[in-house]
Amino acid sequence: MDAMRHSKDARPRREGPDQTQNPAEDQAPWAEMSALLDVFCPMHVFLGPQGELRHMGATFAKLVGGGIEPEAQGAQQAVGRRFLDLFEVLRPRGAETMADLRALAGEKLSLRLQKGSGVTLKGVLAPFGDGVVLNLSFGISIMDGVREFDLSGSDFAATDLAIEMLYLIEAKSVAMGASRKLNQRLQGAKIAAEEQAFTDTLTGLKNRRAVDHVLSRLIERGGAFAVMQIDLDYFKAVNDTHGHPAGDHVLQQVARILVEETRRGDCVARVGGDEFVLILDGVRGLDGERGRDELASIAGRLIARIEEPIFWRGAPLGISASIGIAPGEGDGAALFDRVDKALYAAKHAGRAQFRFAA
Amino acid sequence: MHGLINRAIQGFVSDSFGTSRWRAICRGARLEVDEFEAMLHYEDALTERLLDAVAAEIGVPREAVLEDIGTYLVSNPNVEALRRLLRFGGENFVEFLHSLDELPDRARLAVDDLGLPTLELREVEERRFTLSCRFSIAGFGHVLIGMLRTLADDYGALVFLEHLGVEQIGAADRAEAIETIEITIIETAFAAGRRFDLGARADA
Repeated sequence: MDAMRHSKDARPRREGPDQTQNPAEDQAPWAEMSALLDVFCPMHVFLGPQGELRHMGATFAKLVGGGIEPEAQGAQQAVGRRFLDLFEVLRPRGAETMADLRALAGEKLSLRLQKGSGVTLKGVLAPFGDGVVLNLSFGISIMDGVREFDLSGSDFAATDLAIEMLYLIEAKSVAMGASRKLNQRLQGAKIAAEEQAFTDTLTGLKNRRAVDHVLSRLIERGGAFAVMQIDLDYFKAVNDTHGHPAGDHVLQQVARILVEETRRGDCVARVGGDEFVLILDGVRGLDGERGRDELASIAGRLIARIEEPIFWRGAPLGISASIGIAPGEGDGAALFDRVDKALYAAKHAGRAQFRFAA
Repeated sequence: MHGLINRAIQGFVSDSFGTSRWRAICRGARLEVDEFEAMLHYEDALTERLLDAVAAEIGVPREAVLEDIGTYLVSNPNVEALRRLLRFGGENFVEFLHSLDELPDRARLAVDDLGLPTLELREVEERRFTLSCRFSIAGFGHVLIGMLRTLADDYGALVFLEHLGVEQIGAADRAEAIETIEITIIETAFAAGRRFDLGARADA
């Protein structure tokens, strides 16, 4: 501060290490200040009255010196060049002369280095003598800057957080990498678990895999069960008119009805969008216990209940169901073929009804 | 124990001796898994069993295993990221030594639940230091010796390292081990060392 005040108070004169008439009095503040800034701000530069580079910190020299080694030589080559030929002031806009620059004293500057990949820098300047002192920082483009100018720890002031910033960027990306790997593994495990699951997550019913599993067990045990395949009618209209949440609500209500109208040991499954399968156990042929009449009454009751309006946000949604029924005979594929044909017959006959397999 | 530490042991064994030896060690240590997640936590006792099983399988004392793990952590290309993060600590080996005090804080900047030993460097005389390492379980000092020896090479310094022993403090349920390491620097610029490029990036 002392040095700055001193130079401001001074009578008009030329600044610079080799241009003073009275070295004892005039060179002292300049030399002291530049020595100070060399330590504290390696990215500083002193500009003369014409905006020419007079003296610069070692790291600033790396930026403008074009990789000339040693840095001192790069700096020597850059001395005398116009700052505004080397840098463009991005913000505030319109700084094109030394007078413009001078007017920006104390303001936050955004600058772009003209050469190379055009790295952007932050800067701030203050008047000094007949020129200005400008200090730069890479700001957010620290990573690009370090790469482009091949900087190392000693290129930054000891108090500069740049190295910690670089450490943090790298450490965080390593840690994020580890977290990402964990997430990917968990995601993979979730998919695998879902593939192995027997439950339809929307309705809580069994799924297609469970049906195959139950069916093969029952077939192995031999007969005494029946299969109903249920297909909702007019469900698509609900989805199209009221949206998928309404459709999901309908599926959940139908699932509840199916569970309520069947016994505990029966398998109730959703096997497709609006397709359900019931596997009714304890059927003793079509004439015995849970025979044809009872199956017919279950199917009739299911259709009647599914046809009761289901309310969604106050609006009644009307759907129905077609059902195909087949006794559990033959292997799984043949069984589903027959129950499928029965369902098709029910649909063909005008929907909202059930048919037994021929 | 943080998963990263168990994961480091897994990496060391798998990369040095192969995955089948690793699986055999997991069975020997009665572990339920043979793959540690870097970002989860595990029981401390599990890490102890694991280290004993590694020592038994390889047939060397546990201290030697720990030192080899330290060497592995800063020299194996598979964990290059760690070497780089450590090299951010200083421009030369002595600067790096002085950065060790803040190592647990640095680690927490990256992974906030990673508990590392408390380290304290003391300069006994010119070029001679002691490093005390305080942690819930004993043995980390040997890992440090492996790391420091390898990092000294990395910086091109010639050093002499010695483990001065362990002191147990605190009650049984909150016992801590304090290990002391002596570091003598014989030459700071003995060899060229490995270059540390600030702007480069190691893949995790």
